[in-house]
Amino acid sequence: MENLNSLTLAEGRDLLRSKDITSVELTEACLRAAEGGGALNAVVHHTPELALDQAAAADSRLAQGDAPAMCGLPIGIKDLFCTKGVSSQAASRILDGFRPEYESTVSQNLFDAGAVMIGKLNMDEFAMGSSNETSIYGDAVNPWKLGDKQLTPGGSSGGSAAAVAADLCLAATGTDTGGSIRQPAAFAGIVGIKPTYGRCSRWGIVAFASSLDQAGPMTKSVRDAAIMLEAMCSHDPKDSTSAELEVPNFEALLTGDIRGKKIGIPKEYRLDGMPDEIEKLWSDGSAMLRDAGAEVVDVSLPHTKYALPAYYVIAPAEASSNLARYDGVRFGRRAQLDAGDGITEMYEKSRAEGFGTEVQRRIMIGTYVLSAGFYDAYYNRARRVRALIKKDFEDVFASGVDAILTPTTPSAAFGLGDMAEVDPVQMYLNDVFTVTVNLAGLPGISVPAGLDAQSLPLGLQLIGKPWQEGDLLNTAFALESAAGFRAKPDNWWSSV
Amino acid sequence: MSIDTATAAKVAKLARIRVEADALPALADEFNMILGFINELNEVDVSDVEPMTSVTPQRLKRREDVITDGDQQADVLSNAPDSREGFFAVPKVVE
Repeated sequence: MENLNSLTLAEGRDLLRSKDITSVELTEACLRAAEGGGALNAVVHHTPELALDQAAAADSRLAQGDAPAMCGLPIGIKDLFCTKGVSSQAASRILDGFRPEYESTVSQNLFDAGAVMIGKLNMDEFAMGSSNETSIYGDAVNPWKLGDKQLTPGGSSGGSAAAVAADLCLAATGTDTGGSIRQPAAFAGIVGIKPTYGRCSRWGIVAFASSLDQAGPMTKSVRDAAIMLEAMCSHDPKDSTSAELEVPNFEALLTGDIRGKKIGIPKEYRLDGMPDEIEKLWSDGSAMLRDAGAEVVDVSLPHTKYALPAYYVIAPAEASSNLARYDGVRFGRRAQLDAGDGITEMYEKSRAEGFGTEVQRRIMIGTYVLSAGFYDAYYNRARRVRALIKKDFEDVFASGVDAILTPTTPSAAFGLGDMAEVDPVQMYLNDVFTVTVNLAGLPGISVPAGLDAQSLPLGLQLIGKPWQEGDLLNTAFALESAAGFRAKPDNWWSSV
Repeated sequence: MSIDTATAAKVAKLARIRVEADALPALADEFNMILGFINELNEVDVSDVEPMTSVTPQRLKRREDVITDGDQQADVLSNAPDSREGFFAVPKVVE
């Protein structure tokens, strides 16, 4: 069988269970694709030996009929996840050479379910960015191109999006603090879901903003997202915010029947100057859901415009606290010191050379908004606004709405380097449709829904009620079926 | 509320990030731009709203205050830039 790496998780699982292929064959196909896909700079630490060991183990499990959902399926893991004995450096110089002695709960759950890791994937440094251009490994590149122009795969999970879209692996993990799963998924024409805050354990995932961070799958289809999300979720005593809830069989909930569901269209998401194509995609999406039997209603989320400013207080504040641990003492990089340098110089020099510009900027903004005299004016005010943003959603759901439909991003993928000269706030605007979902702790999914006039993929976002990922995935499944997005990028990157 | 270079220097100091003096004016400008954006929050009436502490209503779980692991000195020190005799080593802290 050719091009096994282009299979979906569901297809791979079925072929493995029917013994038509082995995990070793499937894994070798992905390893070849990853090896030959260097031009995408998506895989930053290749782990072929580990992958083949895991594949062989998966094949014996399959032979014994013990084949959990992910058994034998090759995936990529974002560099933000600590993986035992394998470099895990959050795309930062300050974690150069860091090899954890432990495994993150999410990656452990995936391995327990039989998944095979082909390598660690590129990302923005400490997940701070929307274009994968802040990585110490260099830019990840979108498999979708505009003529000769190279495009961003989005960020922060840019390597994950590029790897899945280019079939270097069947699926990948991502994390999402303000849109870092959904925006890259939209830019690369794949599916990405951020579950409800607390569904996936954060233990062993390098922390950025702990009240916002959630892990989730990035996949080639909604069915795959359902399969992989179930494997990732668990209650974990090692994360005090992890929810003590049963994890449903999400795949079994994919009926495609959304008759009678109520879909809200928030008027505040209709931005001034929004490209016509995004507007059209959005109205096409609501027509598809209506045709599938859902009722589409206008709703209002009045505090939407304050979500980004609130996020850019809360996330840097939490980051400044979380990243205080990188002090050059216990792990990671320590600067070369001059004679007479004391411990303060060690901290200051190690952090100045270890953190990139955007990370330094956010740490310092966070330090400022938490400092004496400004804590109330900035940090507490942002947390009050966050409560209002969450209440907006609660009011809409209380009125009987089952899910909310929005565009995922205000544009298609932009060129690498295009945003280099603009101020940081312009880059932050990429997250305008996604960040509200993190502030409210809700599940959100991006589904590829069409191509723009330049033949680049565009995504639609569905936002669900807390803990109702199953229902959300089912609505996404109906949208995916109606949109019928099948486009793939032309393979220009492969060197084998 | 405008940030001058002295404030930028103070923030860098608090954050334990070395910023050279000639980089401070540009840093102060960036802070001012980002804070200008953040200042939109002042338009919102937040009287009678409590600051959010947890996005999901939950009471943090408690457990017995007992030792649950340990005896991992080698693992704990394995990634240290400098360790000696079972300790993390740092430059002299006290004269």
